[in-house]
Amino acid sequence: MTKRLQEGGSSGGNGRPDAESESLLNRRSLLAGTAGLVSAMIMGPIRPSAGATTTVSPEDPTLVPGAAPTAYGQRSAFEKAVRLPRSWWASLTPVQDLHGILTPSSLHFERHHNGVPTIQPAHHRLLVHGMVDQPWTFTLDDLKRFPAVSRLAFIECSGNSAIEWREPTGQTAQQTHGLTSTSEWTGVALKTLLREVGIHPEASWMLAEGSDAAAMTRSLPLASILEEAILCYAQNGEPLRPEQGYPLRLLIPGWEGNTCIKWLRRLKLGRAPFMTREETSQYTDLMPDGTARQFTMVMEAKSVITSPSGGQHIQPGFLDIRGLAWSGRGRIALVEVSMDGGRSWQQAALQEPVMPKCHTRFHLPWRWNGEDMILQSRCLDDTGYRQPDRATLVAVRGVNSVYHYNAIQSWHIGADGQVSNVHA
Amino acid sequence: MRNILTVGLTTILGAGILWASGAADQQERTHGYGLGRPATDQEVQAWNIDVAPTGEGLPAGQGTAKQGAALFAARCATCHGPTGQEGPMDRLVGGAGTLASQQPIKTIGSYWPYATTLYDYVHRAMPFPAPQSLSPDEIYSVVAWLLYRNGIIAEDTVLDARSLPGISMPNRRGFFPDPRPDVPKP
Repeated sequence: MTKRLQEGGSSGGNGRPDAESESLLNRRSLLAGTAGLVSAMIMGPIRPSAGATTTVSPEDPTLVPGAAPTAYGQRSAFEKAVRLPRSWWASLTPVQDLHGILTPSSLHFERHHNGVPTIQPAHHRLLVHGMVDQPWTFTLDDLKRFPAVSRLAFIECSGNSAIEWREPTGQTAQQTHGLTSTSEWTGVALKTLLREVGIHPEASWMLAEGSDAAAMTRSLPLASILEEAILCYAQNGEPLRPEQGYPLRLLIPGWEGNTCIKWLRRLKLGRAPFMTREETSQYTDLMPDGTARQFTMVMEAKSVITSPSGGQHIQPGFLDIRGLAWSGRGRIALVEVSMDGGRSWQQAALQEPVMPKCHTRFHLPWRWNGEDMILQSRCLDDTGYRQPDRATLVAVRGVNSVYHYNAIQSWHIGADGQVSNVHA
Repeated sequence: MRNILTVGLTTILGAGILWASGAADQQERTHGYGLGRPATDQEVQAWNIDVAPTGEGLPAGQGTAKQGAALFAARCATCHGPTGQEGPMDRLVGGAGTLASQQPIKTIGSYWPYATTLYDYVHRAMPFPAPQSLSPDEIYSVVAWLLYRNGIIAEDTVLDARSLPGISMPNRRGFFPDPRPDVPKP
């Protein structure tokens, strides 16, 4: 590993030690030659020829001028964390590879229902109509001229961990919990916009519609979203990424991700839910008796240990147990960790900042003694809601819900240090 | 059911939109930011595609299952199967009586509470490679075929803006407002 860090990254992906050593040796000989040194001084980072794609770092970076500025930054060629495509409709955040609470925009999970549309911002319009004083149209420039509001919030797909309802299917934290991310979201407050348009007193539901190829729509109860909903044009300081709704999306902090309509083009005010396909046949939770729960909006408190987590291999000795906790109802108040399958619990430290409806980072210093064990975390939010264990959750909802699985996650650590996903 | 749900949610979630009315807000509206502009009728008509359970939003046109059969075979069967049951994408037909079982099959017939939603969704999102490409007559026809195949209407029933909202879906009373938090505290 030391040699690799000094001499440069692998040229990309075949993973065969022999090929990598050979490649490094070739680069060493290139560096050793006069021609190589001159080339390095002129070009900055040395670009390996013939097929290799990554930048090679010199043995001693203090001896070679570094790279010139670039117009749009990139991460180090040595960092490899990536989203995991689940299928054509979703990709998952590598929660086990991240630090702090913010998710880089490029690693924010994706969910779409017929691909990511390409939208020219100059052509984009937001129409507000229905039970309003007068139908009104806004350009993106109009929306940016309103007073801006900004907040950090997580967005979690209500299908996050859905594969865990029946069996422990996921292998890594990314596979089990990768459909949640936290960003700073900036835009105009919904209440500011609706004041500008003027809505009828009896208007109590709002249809939000996207301009993707699914024309995604959800009905939203106005009274409960008005204080916090934001029409966002920016994420983490820059315009939204296309897969996050560029140029405009709705954010309803703490609510299931599908309500945060992306590529937003239309708001229609009405008296009753519009009963779209999404809130009838899709995002409804089927109970064991065959009835279904409708308008399940809040993402309840949930946590997951990201280190150590499934697929990782640990060594005996010191380890900082780390993870994420969040609640759609408010602020995380407490996170506890169990090392014996839930028989006893220890309080973890919450890493600042701790903010409502945001990922909260927790950690617990630990020394693994090499024993076989079950590692779990559970959280409590400031409304008093405690993350349930799996048996309690399934006793109430059965296993046909599809959505809103927030049970305690169990990682098995074998005596060999291998970490795997289990139901305990 | 919709009224119960609306009242229930409004009560549970709290009233908080009184600001939208009253003299003070009218004044603020008058002295607002002055941003945006009134939408034209054409703009509203172009995007106002949603169809409510009352039937509001349904366009003129009509169709029957017989007319929809060929259309389904040509435009829908690749994803949903020749009879709407084979997939590979969502199953649309069958599943009656399975919702309380270990392997629930959620289809239009077994699960969807409103026939109007079917019109809305087929229009806005189907066929998958060419959304919003079907005419009102074609949509009424394919909706009729799907309802007929689910045993909900007769093969010769004519669907239009008047008849579609009146169709009684089998799972119409299967949905209830969510009661969460629902898991007992330890």
